[in-house]
Amino acid sequence: MPQEYRQILKYADEPGYTPDIECYLRHGGYDILRKALAIPPRNLADGRIVTGPDHLRQEVMTSGLRGRGGAGFSCGLKWSFVDRKSGKPIYLICNADESEPGTFKDKQIIYKDPHQLIEGMAIACYANDVHLAYIYIRGEFAEGAKILNRALKEARARDFLGENILGSDYDLEIHVHRGAGAYICGEETGLIESLEGKRAYPRIKPPYFPAVLGNNTGTRIVSISGHVRKPGYYEVEVGKATLGELINDPAFGGGLREGRKLKAIIPGGSSAKVFKAGEKFKIKRRGPDGKDAEQEIELLNLPYDFDSLIAAGSMSGSGGIIVLDDSTDIVEALANISEFYAHESCGQCTPCREGSLWMSKALQRLTHGEGREADADYLMKIADNIPGGRTVCAFGEACSWPVQSFVAKFKDEFVARGAADEENRTRRNAGPTAVGKLPASS
Amino acid sequence: MSTATPIETKPAPPPSDKLKVRVNGKEVEVPKTTPDPVSGKPLPTTMIQACFIAKVEVPHYCYHPKLPVSGNCRMCLVEFGTPAIGPDRKPILNPDGTPKIAKAPRPAIACATPLSPGMEIYTDTPTVKLMRAGVLEFLLINHPLDCPICDQAGECKLQEYSVDYGQSESRFVEAKVHKPKRVDLGPRIVLDDERCILCTRCIRFTRDIVGDDALGIVNRGSHNTLTAYPGRAFDNNYTLNTVDICPVGALTSKDFRFQMRVWFLKETKSLCTSCATGCNTVIGSREEKIYRYEPRENNAVNGSWMCDHGRLNYKWIGREDRLREVCSPQSTALSPQSAVLSPAERWAVAVRGIAEKLKHAPAGSVAMIVSARQTNEEIYLLAKLARALGALTDSVPRILEGDRLLLSADRNPNSTGARLAGIAADPMGANLPKIAEGIRSGHIRTLIVLGEDVTRHGIGADLLGKLETLIASDILPNETTRLAHYLLPGCAHAEKRGTFTSTKGRVQKFMKAVEPPGDARPEWEFLRELASQVTGQAGAASIEGLFNQMAGEVPGFHGLTWSGLGDTGATATI
Repeated sequence: MPQEYRQILKYADEPGYTPDIECYLRHGGYDILRKALAIPPRNLADGRIVTGPDHLRQEVMTSGLRGRGGAGFSCGLKWSFVDRKSGKPIYLICNADESEPGTFKDKQIIYKDPHQLIEGMAIACYANDVHLAYIYIRGEFAEGAKILNRALKEARARDFLGENILGSDYDLEIHVHRGAGAYICGEETGLIESLEGKRAYPRIKPPYFPAVLGNNTGTRIVSISGHVRKPGYYEVEVGKATLGELINDPAFGGGLREGRKLKAIIPGGSSAKVFKAGEKFKIKRRGPDGKDAEQEIELLNLPYDFDSLIAAGSMSGSGGIIVLDDSTDIVEALANISEFYAHESCGQCTPCREGSLWMSKALQRLTHGEGREADADYLMKIADNIPGGRTVCAFGEACSWPVQSFVAKFKDEFVARGAADEENRTRRNAGPTAVGKLPASS
Repeated sequence: MSTATPIETKPAPPPSDKLKVRVNGKEVEVPKTTPDPVSGKPLPTTMIQACFIAKVEVPHYCYHPKLPVSGNCRMCLVEFGTPAIGPDRKPILNPDGTPKIAKAPRPAIACATPLSPGMEIYTDTPTVKLMRAGVLEFLLINHPLDCPICDQAGECKLQEYSVDYGQSESRFVEAKVHKPKRVDLGPRIVLDDERCILCTRCIRFTRDIVGDDALGIVNRGSHNTLTAYPGRAFDNNYTLNTVDICPVGALTSKDFRFQMRVWFLKETKSLCTSCATGCNTVIGSREEKIYRYEPRENNAVNGSWMCDHGRLNYKWIGREDRLREVCSPQSTALSPQSAVLSPAERWAVAVRGIAEKLKHAPAGSVAMIVSARQTNEEIYLLAKLARALGALTDSVPRILEGDRLLLSADRNPNSTGARLAGIAADPMGANLPKIAEGIRSGHIRTLIVLGEDVTRHGIGADLLGKLETLIASDILPNETTRLAHYLLPGCAHAEKRGTFTSTKGRVQKFMKAVEPPGDARPEWEFLRELASQVTGQAGAASIEGLFNQMAGEVPGFHGLTWSGLGDTGATATI
């Protein structure tokens, strides 16, 4: 039976644990930074020197640590792309623009254990020769920004930030920058533009095709929301729990409410493709004999890790699991999601700018008595023209995947809703109202 | 190892500055780098540039070869592949020995994707066609479909690409997004935000080319709206270029909008005459009336741009008070009341009369003031005449403030030509006081004035009154033409052919767009007749022949020919 495995949130919810530096230090805070700064340079046989930062980067590479932002990209690999020869300053930015609906994990760290974040940043900065770093925090986290600024002040006073940190000759400054309330500022290049004082238009990037990565490691904070008894955040070892366990286990979501049945799961924030209750997937898994074999796996038995969810056609994304039971009007649910993405599209590139609002308008119609039987296909055709590299950033996928998956998997409900609306309108028009006369009901 | 191993060491082959790619199966060789349009720094050549070299059209809205890449319209999405690499890091080959191409799983925008050796670009696959149709549909759903009343109709990329790549029916049944109409963006520009497709060409142009960061986008998503900064007008000397590069009817020129349907306009290659830069232009005219100037691309001179000052400086050509008649108060046949003679006969009488006067003029008694707004050919003919008569000559300098982009401080279009032909003093204008003094002393008895009102340049009506003969040619009436004993109506550049030499020595020709009014005729025609009657040398009778004759005689023009100038000119030795 899997249990929570708290590493990042180890102390955060302990009674009496406070976000100030005294409390953090009492719990061994900044020891790792002290250790990292003290790593001596090593001389290799061939005359090369491995510096402390070199050593740290190597450690991160071999650890298999992967990003927690959605793509699960290798952290060590990402750091290896930094151009260290140009002589230009290297910056580190902490993306604290947590905005994906159904996701509330970063908030716990920022609000409850800010020094852990600062210490982590300081180590990453030291490893990458960074002397200036930013925390880009979403504008709605006003209190979080206050907490972080207070923590930064404390860290400076204790010599964990500023010039010549702990006598190591290493300088680092960290600033908090508050966003103004736009989801797109969480996209890394949109964030950088925003930080530079510009409109948060994501940058065009060279074509990039993600490589298959192997090992999973560490823990992950999962946000569970929706129709479960115990919505909340749970820290788990990556790949150790299945979707079903996260939803139903007493240690996690605690199951659905009395008399309700599972209808759907959005497994990785609202942009992830939806799973329908009862779905089965054919997935290649490594058996005990070390060979890959295709297995049929039921939805609730899917291991909650990056690769299994991608193999099942969705993603673990932001780690936000949204559970929908059979009381859910699936058309309304999609209309809600689409309205969010239409509101948040930055509008830079054509398919996302026009497509996101178009889909939302169609769904508003469909949920306000003006639907058509053909709207399911209509929505699908709009959504199909947005993703797959047609847009500047992944928002194209974020706004179209929910529509594609909801309509494909619950098509009967969309068709039925449209057909009912059409029938209703026909009945109203069949009445005695003469052409040119206003209907009596208005 | 202590001794050098006798391995044959060849110097590494010089790195090639070209690479080969295929566009729809056709191999093209393209430069590895292409200069950045703004900084000039070499940037990796992109797919769209390779397609352009391969003469394969890739539709686009936001991309413009003279602007930084933005990549927002997504119209230029293409599919592509690159040579497949095996686990041994070597290219995988097909059975026939050609490299196996791994097709990319996702499309790429041709405008922003750099080439790599052996890359294959596919612009006409079913997927590409679907993507284009999809982008067009998205661009059109909120666009007002009122082409019949839109001033851009006929030169609108939305219209053109809809025909070429779009679908004929709309499935959009929602309410359109509404945005501001008839926005007064600045003194010369009107914006219709509903027509705007948010390609940001205008924003990039004014920010990166002009250096006036005046435009931007506000709001979000489908509500994105182009605007000038609050409380600030979009007003620099280059704003009208945004009308040219706007692919749709969002930005229109207050001067031109609703004046004429563009498909009725005749287009004539011409030059701007408002300064010495010599921007290449296209004159849009219909039924002998000029409606607009637009810049014509010439990378040696003006790129794709021209300034608002030059662009709008055309209305004088159609003015009601243009000089129309050859007249001379000294000749009864040429008195304004006389309508007996035909225009050709009047010109013949006038030229003969002037030639007689000049032939009998004592050496040194004639002076000429020739505008540096006249053409090379006209100035050349007058210089020949001046030499035969021993005349003192000069031009009128026009120096004002220039800018860093195109507007030259020298507002004469042909100062260089006037210098090369030897008509202008050095410095230009130095002879004007000498001419004034010559008239005052009675030494100079005859003055020939081409295209200037000398009463505004130190030779007043009192001095002109002392002359025995004042011969003036001009386009519009002024104090000098009023006092002239012989008045010869001339042509605007749009009414004749000829060449100018720019401040940088670019010799460029311009074509005739409209007919001159009344008796007015190209100055080079009557100057040629006059020169031949005075000097007894016939000289070339066509503009082509005249240019070639001039190129043979004037050192700065040696080696040039009329036909060799082409559409974009050639460089003189200055």
